[in-house]
This record gives sequence, C-alpha cells and structure tokens, in this order.
Amino acid sequence: MYEHLETAENPADLKRVVVDPVSRVEGHGKVTLLLDENNRVKQARLHIVEFRGFEKFIQGRPYWELPVLVQRLCGICPVSHHLAAAKAIDQLVGVDPANLTSAADKLRRLLHFGQVLQSHALHFFHLSSPDLLFGFESDIGKRNIVAVLAEHPDIGLQGVKLRKYGQEVIRMVSGKRVHGTGAIAGGMNKALSRDERDYLLQDIDQIIAWSVAAVALVKKVHTANLPYYDEFATVPSNYLGLVKPSGALELYHGGIRAKDRNGATLVDHFDYCQYTDLIREEVRSWTYMKFPYLTSIGQADGWYRVGPLARVNNCDVIDTSLAEAARVDFKQHRGGGAVMVHSTLAFHWARLIEVLHCAESIAVLLNDPDLLSPDLVVKGEKRYEGIGVIEAPRGTLFHHYQVDDDDIVIKANLIVSTTSNNTAMNESVRQVAAEYLSGRELTEPLLNNLEVAIRAYDPCLSCATHAVGKMPLQLELLDADGQLLDRLVRHGDGAFEHARS
Amino acid sequence: MTRPVLVFACGNPSRGDDAVGPLLLDYLASRVDLSETELLTDFQLQIEHALDLQHRKLVLFVDASVSCRAAFSLTELRPVRDNSYTSHAMSPSALLQVYQSIHETPPPPSFLLSIRAEQFELGAPLSGNTLDNLIQASVFAERLLAQFEPCPDSVD
Repeated sequence: MYEHLETAENPADLKRVVVDPVSRVEGHGKVTLLLDENNRVKQARLHIVEFRGFEKFIQGRPYWELPVLVQRLCGICPVSHHLAAAKAIDQLVGVDPANLTSAADKLRRLLHFGQVLQSHALHFFHLSSPDLLFGFESDIGKRNIVAVLAEHPDIGLQGVKLRKYGQEVIRMVSGKRVHGTGAIAGGMNKALSRDERDYLLQDIDQIIAWSVAAVALVKKVHTANLPYYDEFATVPSNYLGLVKPSGALELYHGGIRAKDRNGATLVDHFDYCQYTDLIREEVRSWTYMKFPYLTSIGQADGWYRVGPLARVNNCDVIDTSLAEAARVDFKQHRGGGAVMVHSTLAFHWARLIEVLHCAESIAVLLNDPDLLSPDLVVKGEKRYEGIGVIEAPRGTLFHHYQVDDDDIVIKANLIVSTTSNNTAMNESVRQVAAEYLSGRELTEPLLNNLEVAIRAYDPCLSCATHAVGKMPLQLELLDADGQLLDRLVRHGDGAFEHARS
Repeated sequence: MTRPVLVFACGNPSRGDDAVGPLLLDYLASRVDLSETELLTDFQLQIEHALDLQHRKLVLFVDASVSCRAAFSLTELRPVRDNSYTSHAMSPSALLQVYQSIHETPPPPSFLLSIRAEQFELGAPLSGNTLDNLIQASVFAERLLAQFEPCPDSVD
C-alpha cells in the first residue's frame, strides 16, 4: 500500500505541486504533491472541502420541510438526499420502511432508479467516456463530451438521452424537474397517472437496449487493456453497502453488508439504525474531511469503499436478468472466478451494470399496477429520532435527525458517500503518484491521471452552487523556499494558460 | 407545442446569491405571456438540457456571475467547444455546442443574462447588493421579452 506517502519526513525541503480544481464555490477537491529534486513523489494528498454547514442548515427547521430542503444541499444528487431524508422522517411519524404502502414504496423506488440512472449516465458519458475512449493522456481538446459526440455520435447521443430519460422519471414521479415534493413523511404525495406511466413506458425498451450497449462498451474498453485497467489506481479494500434480505443488490432499503478485501463477510444484514456502532470517523489535521472506518477493524485497516464497485462486489446476485448476467461476467473477467474486483477503474463497469439494473427495474415497476394506487400515506406514533439510509449513486448515504416536542430538528448528522471513500481516494491518488508520476516532469496530460483516478469514484466535487467566471483548476509548482516556479491555469471555459515566473 | 421563447435560469435557491436566476423566473412568471415563453430552472446546466433548446426561436440563460462588473450584462452566445470536462456543470456556450453536435444545425439565437453576485454560502440569504442587481436585471428581462415577436408560421 501507499500510506507512507501520506506524510513526508522533511516537507520543507520538497517542491510543492497543487492541483486545485476549484470548480465551484464549495465542494471542491485539491491534490497536493511534494516532490524531491528528482521529481520523485514524497507526499500525495487529496483534500476535499467538507460539506460544512449541512447540519447547521437543517437544524432549527420543522422536520416536514426536510425532503424539499435537503435537495438544495447538492445539485448533483438531490433525489438521494430527498429520499434519505424521507426515510428518516418516516420514523419521526412512527413509520418503518416495512409499513409504507406498496404504492409509496414502489414510487420511491421508481424515483430512485430514475435518479441513479441519470446520475450514472452523466458520469460515464459526460465525465469519464472522453478519458476512456481517447486515452488518459490524450490531447485535452479531445477530452470532453463534444469530442465524444463528434467522433462517437451514437454513444454521445445515447448518453444525452439516457440522462434525459432518468430526469423524466424524476419529473413524472415528483411532479417537477427540481425541488420536487414526491416523498413526504409516511409515504408519497401523488400517485403516477396512467398517462405519466404510459409516457415513460414508451421509451423504456430503448433505454434498456442502450444500457446493454453501454455495458458492452465499458467491458470492451476495460478488457482491451486489462493489466493497465486492473492496476491503475487500484487499492484492495473493504467494501460496504446495503443488500436485500436475499443478499441481492439493493439501492433503496436493506441491511448493511461489509466484506473484506478477500471477500469474507464482516457484517451482514446489519440494521442501519445502529450505524454508530459500526462506523466511526477519524479526523486528521491536514483536511476538514473525516475518514470513516469500521470500528471492529480499527483505524488503520478499517477503511472501506462504497458506491457501484462496492455494491456489485458485495451482492450475491442482481434480481434483474440482464444486469445479473453482466455482474457474473464482470466478476469473472479475470478468469477463475475472482472473488472481489479491486480495480478502481472497474467502478465505471460496475456503474453501468447498475444503469442496466435501473433500466430493467424501471420497466418492471412501470408494469406494476400498484404505481397507480391512491393508497399513499400511513401514520404512526411520533418518535424523536429518525435515521434514513439509502444507496445514493456514489454510495451509502446516512441521514440522522433528532427532533424536539415542537417537531423542530435539534440535531442532524449526515455521512455522505464521498466521505466514506475519502481514504480510498487518497490511496488511489498516492498509488498513481507513486507508480505513474514519480520521477517524471509533470505535465497536464500526466496530471490528468490523478483526476482520472479521483473521477472513477464519482466524488461530489462540484455541487449546487455555481457562478459564471470561477476558475476550475490551478496548478502551481513552488521551490523549497515557496517561490513560484511554474503555474498552469485552466479557466472556467476550459482554456489553459501557462505562466512561468 | 413547444413555446418559442425559453428562459433558463441556473442556480440554487438556498445558496445566497446563487438564487438570483430562480428569483428572476419568479418575477417573470407573473409578467410575461406564458403561452409564448417557457420558464425552466435547474441547479446547473447539463447535457440533456440541449434537448430543451429544440424548436425555440429565442433562448435566454440567466445566471449569477462573480465576474460581471455591472449590475447585470447581456451577452450573445455562440457554440463553443468547451474543454472543461471535470465539472458537473456546463457553460451555456458548451451546451449550444452540444445542441449543434446532436442536431447538426445551429442552435437558436441565445443570450446570457449575467447578474452580478457576491456570496454563495449554504443557507445564506440574498445579499443586499445582489438584490439591487436582481431588480434591475428583472425589469430589463421583462422589457427584453416584451419586444420579442415570433413569426406565427415559424413555430413548431
């Protein structure tokens, strides 16, 4: 492993390189490298600005506002926060997941499948396919969706339409494109109309077909250069996520399963309401972001990964046929029935298997008459604490609230997926720095390798806030005295400016 | 039938001055002919929004801007092959380029109304200066849209 590169022995004697993608005002990542006189990497760190203010934003508000309010925490996966909050406030009105009406449960699942499908489609086709199709160190002018549309128009257009379809599922279920109010305490506030159902049914077969093609594409890319794809940024790890009682892949509700790097089960069907017994968060002095770990294993080795790779690794089966066939293929791609797939770039492959699963699941749900039922809300006895956990596109998402007698939130705790992947992303950055950058003159294409490693995790680096004119990336090379030697700036429009001192 | 004018505002209503775009839409909602104009908002622009531009005669994007020197500014947009790809948000010009790539035709006439903004903290209200800028930009946008007269036989 590469822990030795977390902290250098003599940082004052080293050159400092900062890769600072300040893509938006909050929620941005920064990589710092310390190099010796021969450009050998002695320290590599990924800093992600913690989503500070989440809890403060929520505290003091009446609980019933939360499903709408929390969507504004993040413009990337608002539905994930919406549903995690809804599951938590279900408990505040005395409703456990098993007690939701069948219609409410299925509408929420449909909403969630739409969200995961559109989020994964955006990530693969827009953010990652340029790297995968053109190469990590290819001309920067090619590494964008427009180039994909130009050279692979079918693939590019499918990405656009997959994304659009997921957004339409969200709009039909929640009533609006953004800030929808689909889920409420104890259920949902509207059923799907027959027209809405039929509208979504029109295209679902095409969506499934495109999803099958996308899985085939990512498999082709991955296996075409198998040793590289299996080694790049790869860090054997533990994995954590929800599974169904049967052990099948689950995105909306289930028990927590964690496996170690060899595939041995650490915990299974663990009640997420007891998550504080399972997970602790370590603080390190050089970053605001915490480092969660499994309490039973300890800080040093208890870190884990969440998200598509974790989910596909952890589950025993996927309960839709095409995605299950893709999962089996994925797990056996190295031959001999590998127990766990640790390749960081395999996140992409696993992500598209989930896209296919979402598309198939949407088809199943759209043909379920329960979706049209007006039986949407149940109520129980008030409670003072609620915990909601779902599998967001990027991984397991925890919402935990306490309320007072007046139903005002007095305490909130959120663990977002990107936080759970913090140690793993740092390990991947250190692996890439050590294996691919160390000793070489740093250039933009070379540094893109660091971003490729980070991007595989699909971290929530840019979030809801944005404004025209912000600078998304700055790289500075300083000497041991802190004097600027070189600067590379990527402006908001993507143009590069190189300025030597 | 697709309405000929699209006003697309980007921004998060709960992040201080980032709310100016959605707030401008709230203002326009009661002051423009909604049979001719569609008002859409989202946190940020993304690839699928290229499909929202189809069959339009005029598109006006509205966004907060920290680099805008005046209270607001109006800029005509052209498709740009934007090299930025690490962000979950696209620039309006990059979106036009995506439109052009998908449809193989030039995008509709498109403009960006930038409103000067200062702070974007989660949970923060609109700042005083930005509120003044928003009022000026809203009045301007209303007048601008009032001047638009689509050709009756040219609307899909």
